[in-house]
Amino acid sequence: MQLDFKAKELTIKLVYYGPALSGKTTNLQSIHELVSGESRGRLMTLETKDDRTLFFDLLPLTLQAGRGVQVRIKLFTVPGQVIHNATRRLVLQGADGVAFIADSQRGETKSNAAAFVNLRQNLVDNGLDPARMPLVIQFNKRDMPDIRTDAEIDDLARKGKEPVYKAVALRGQGVLETLVGLLEIAWKRIEREHQLSEKLGLREDVVIDELRGRLGVKAARR
Amino acid sequence: MSGAAIGAELELAEVARLEDIVDRRALNEVCRSFFELFSISLRVFTRDGVMLADAHEEREICRYVNSLGDGRRACSALVTEVKRTDPVDGPVVHPCFTGAEYRIVPIVYQGKRLGRFVLGPYLPAETREVPRKLLVIDSRIDPEKAREALSDMPRVRQETVDRIGEHLSRTLDLILFSGHRAFLTSHMHVASVRESFRELAEKNQRLQEAFDRLKELDRLKSNFLATVSHELRTPLTSIIGYSDMLATGIAGEMNTEQQEFVETIRNKGDHLLALITSLLDLNKLEQGSMRLHREVLDAGALVLDLKKTMAPAAAKKGVSIETTIEKGLPKLHVDPVRIRQVLFNIAENALKFSPPGGTVKMIARSAESVSGAEDGFGAVLLAVPERRVEIGIIDSGMGIPAEEQEKIFDAFYQVDGGSTREHGGTGLGLSIVKRIVEAHAGTVRVESEPGRGAAFWVNLPELDDPSG
Repeated sequence: MQLDFKAKELTIKLVYYGPALSGKTTNLQSIHELVSGESRGRLMTLETKDDRTLFFDLLPLTLQAGRGVQVRIKLFTVPGQVIHNATRRLVLQGADGVAFIADSQRGETKSNAAAFVNLRQNLVDNGLDPARMPLVIQFNKRDMPDIRTDAEIDDLARKGKEPVYKAVALRGQGVLETLVGLLEIAWKRIEREHQLSEKLGLREDVVIDELRGRLGVKAARR
Repeated sequence: MSGAAIGAELELAEVARLEDIVDRRALNEVCRSFFELFSISLRVFTRDGVMLADAHEEREICRYVNSLGDGRRACSALVTEVKRTDPVDGPVVHPCFTGAEYRIVPIVYQGKRLGRFVLGPYLPAETREVPRKLLVIDSRIDPEKAREALSDMPRVRQETVDRIGEHLSRTLDLILFSGHRAFLTSHMHVASVRESFRELAEKNQRLQEAFDRLKELDRLKSNFLATVSHELRTPLTSIIGYSDMLATGIAGEMNTEQQEFVETIRNKGDHLLALITSLLDLNKLEQGSMRLHREVLDAGALVLDLKKTMAPAAAKKGVSIETTIEKGLPKLHVDPVRIRQVLFNIAENALKFSPPGGTVKMIARSAESVSGAEDGFGAVLLAVPERRVEIGIIDSGMGIPAEEQEKIFDAFYQVDGGSTREHGGTGLGLSIVKRIVEAHAGTVRVESEPGRGAAFWVNLPELDDPSG
């Protein structure tokens, strides 16, 4: 998080993490398509020639959060391929929240778990406490065959403490809900640590409602 | 382990300054091409007011006004004011006393104001007359001359200026995006390489520490083995010596049964001594402290000698020995005791694993190998053909499964525990064989198919100088 009091600018960094080919870039592409023109920036991809993420994708969103404060949200993806761990660790630096994009297909369960273990390790290596990092989990590719069932995921979601969302990122389903859900908990932590309501007069509920409205999401659905 | 910190610019993919991500020459070219297309002067400024690009032509009216004292002062003040204007909420228009206008447009990238560009001066299309404020700026201004001078000033409709401004904003945004992308790519590349290097350096450090620990453990193991073997050998020598004396009747006659018991004690003592000697040999070979006493030897003679040594045991088991010796074999320069130990060990195994009625073949032949050009690069120049001698001992036993063939040369390895019980042995023989052969710059390999026997080939280099 970066706060520029003079310019009344707040920059929040959210990172989309997950195993290779789980749909992190697709999430950003969908958000880019769904968010209105004035709020979204250009989607930047730093990719290899075969369209795999090399360093990261970046989607900047700019929102007026009332009281003349501009909130800039920077969405990053990490490269999912195992070999790019050093890059993943770099991209994770300074993250205010993480959306873990899991692949719903049954055969990908182990890859999801391995990527999550890797996320935890990289957070620790960056000096960030995994337990305190705002985190949401998205089960993507709900339209694929042989996926983990809704009941199974709901059951697991009740046991875990992170909010869980289901999505078909390719069709834009569930992506804004995931983003708003993450923003919501990320804001709560930023508020706890930096008292934005006191310093900038930004009330949490008002800000989140405004952000939701601008992103075109009525309410965060799980 | 903690990651190397990257700067805030990379962490948030921020652009701190316009000049960091834009190529000035390219920006000047774009501005020049805009000027050539629309004939409107264009300047690009950073947030701090530093001019990054400038495409303009001095207008006749400006030249005229600047030739007059008061006019020059008024023009200078106006230009300074235009330069200082930093619009916050979109474009602003700044009028000039000549009736012309300047349009100042903020350059916003990813929601951040990074600078501004200034279009103008241009005359609004509807301007017809020389404005009065121009005439009063300096008392010497001639209205007729001013009208004439104003005629080369571009006249533009408001909506056209809007469109030009919008188009330029988009073009600049693309330039900034490309520049930012290139900036992030190169910086991320460097940061990733650094991070990977740091990670590798840490892993190397840990590996080095583990290696050092293992080396120390290995040294301790070798010392332990040497000490224990030595300490075991001393009392064993007495056991064998005194059994010998008993057996020869020095201490008085023994009955047959006593004689038999003493013989057993001595045989087992010999066996134990051989085992301890093997352990010591292995230890010396591992430490590289075994000295070789080389002599010039004939491979054929070695094989015939081996056959002679093995003949009684073979006859006892009903196994025949066949020898094939190639004529004109090169001489070897080896330690005869050690190489005989190697061949005896392999032949003993061959006999051990061949069933009664089976055959053990012993072969000595020449071989050639090429060294020095493993990857084929420059093979024609680098490859050195080498003549070598191969001694093969082939049994007709149960054979060795493919997956075991590499492991049989490891110390204490047996293909299966059952074979040790059935055929005896410590599992040390072949590991010693391998180390002795390697100490002679040779190789040993096994070829086998389960059920069809095993062939052990000892490959040794020929004597460097045949005369020596």
